[in-house]
Amino acid sequence: MNETIAPREAYGKALLKLGSENKDVVVLDADVSKATMTSLFAAEFPERFFNIGIAESDLVGTAAGLALMGKIPFANAYANFLTGNAWDQIRISVSYANKNVKLIGHNSGTSPGQEGPTHLPLEDISLMRSLPGMIVIEPADGIETAKAVRALAENVGQAYLRVGRMPTPVVTSEDDPFIIGKANVYRRGTDASILANGVMLSKAFEAADILAGEGISVDVINVHTVKPLDSECVLEAAGRTGCIVTAEEHSVIGGLGSAVAELLVQTRPVPVRIVGVKDRFGLSGKMPELLDALGLTAGAIVGAVKEAIAAK
Amino acid sequence: MDQHEKPDFEQLGDQCKKMRRQIVTMINRAGTGHPGGSLSAVEVMAVLFTSVMRVDPANPCWDRRDFFFLSKGHAAPVLYSALANRKFFPEEELLTLRQLDSRLHGHPSSECTPGVDMSSGALGQGLSVANGVALGARLNGTDQRAYVLIGDGELHEGQLWEAAMTSAHFRLDNVCAIVDSNGLCLDGPLDEVKCLGNLKAKYESFGWHAVEIDGHDLQAVYDAFQEALRTKGRPTVIIANTVKGKGVSFMEDQVGWHGLAPNNEQLKIALEELT
Repeated sequence: MNETIAPREAYGKALLKLGSENKDVVVLDADVSKATMTSLFAAEFPERFFNIGIAESDLVGTAAGLALMGKIPFANAYANFLTGNAWDQIRISVSYANKNVKLIGHNSGTSPGQEGPTHLPLEDISLMRSLPGMIVIEPADGIETAKAVRALAENVGQAYLRVGRMPTPVVTSEDDPFIIGKANVYRRGTDASILANGVMLSKAFEAADILAGEGISVDVINVHTVKPLDSECVLEAAGRTGCIVTAEEHSVIGGLGSAVAELLVQTRPVPVRIVGVKDRFGLSGKMPELLDALGLTAGAIVGAVKEAIAAK
Repeated sequence: MDQHEKPDFEQLGDQCKKMRRQIVTMINRAGTGHPGGSLSAVEVMAVLFTSVMRVDPANPCWDRRDFFFLSKGHAAPVLYSALANRKFFPEEELLTLRQLDSRLHGHPSSECTPGVDMSSGALGQGLSVANGVALGARLNGTDQRAYVLIGDGELHEGQLWEAAMTSAHFRLDNVCAIVDSNGLCLDGPLDEVKCLGNLKAKYESFGWHAVEIDGHDLQAVYDAFQEALRTKGRPTVIIANTVKGKGVSFMEDQVGWHGLAPNNEQLKIALEELT
């Protein structure tokens, strides 16, 4: 097994470092700073840390006001409450008003585990992706999470970043480039392309190894930015291998699979299979158990690749 | 622009009449819009934009400006009128309200209207934004202030109470909220739709300094803003008791004029009353 890092730990450290380099960075949290690890920033820069309490709507609006004053606010809350409770505030005060707010959705996907379905954000990317101008990033691991923090601070504009709670395998390296909107191709194959992000990138590598053992050669591409989608990369892969499988720790409705399918069906129709959570709420259990129970496995990707190839 | 002279209230009274004429005219021209809650807020907006806020119409994004947020975004016509009278854009442009290529949308947009710092229209959002600006001003060490106009019916929105706690918790004395307390919602009288109870006591219990005034008395409005300026260590709310549709006899205190455009005949009568 690879080394593991909790994305939230990488996030907390990256934010602290960013804060020491850029005095305009301010951080808001909704009474979950120990879980989001913005507590690291708060301890070092208390004057630039605002605990808004358990009030995600107010948190987002306050962040928009700070952005008006030239600050770079990072607004933190659990992903489902941030994108769900504060949807209207994100839509108007941030997105429509085009404010430079960084929305950080924590405890993403299955990572809250035993908290149960109320706490499992499986729809957040769908909600954020539908907003005009919103950048949506789902990093593959802790290393990429840290890079995303820096990239978002340097890029003026609204953005949503997903951060997981539990340690997950490290599958990218410090030397890999991270450019918003630019997918990273890790393996090149000939028979199919696997487009994955988040924790599902590690599952995609596992699936690629299994498939290689059966003589099937696949791409493994990390689409860390769901929006704007790297359409050039997706179209190139579709053209070269002739079929696509997407994999995400999110509902099959509205996430990476939807984004890829929307592009391909209108430009280069090839067989597409979408691996994700099948239009259902989560469960209560440990994260590895949830990934298995919800069909977020290497085996599911292998099956989807074979189906996609057969459909060519 | 920096500090203001004490206003000439007679002149300001004339401006209020002019703003009311502009409001009913632009809504008539558009064929849709919200006259009731625009007319109720005219005095507050006139005093704010002529005699209280430090803004620079030639440079709307001046980095030391005071901020205004129209949390009750449907009262856009009164905001546009105030901005035009403050020379942020030509008064003739008011007649383009709600037209396809106009800079004056049905509800305010910070992306297209000079002098508008925040889009609004989904109710409840303005005070949180004002708090953010106030915190930013504190960090920057400037004396900039944030004003926000809230509807009384809008106070049904929970976010405004979340934000009221935030203003008080951070002791944001550079935040001043004005409640346009005209007593009417869209569906009926506020007290019948859902009553607010003792609003002044509510704010005070949240840690605010609260002032209650006749929102159509220019001197009282001006004095309330001066009191807010002098109040340290806590935010101030001005509860402005107003009449919805104020100035037009057939619109005054009538629920039906919340979101209805006057026809040409009604406009003619309104303009006669407002001369």
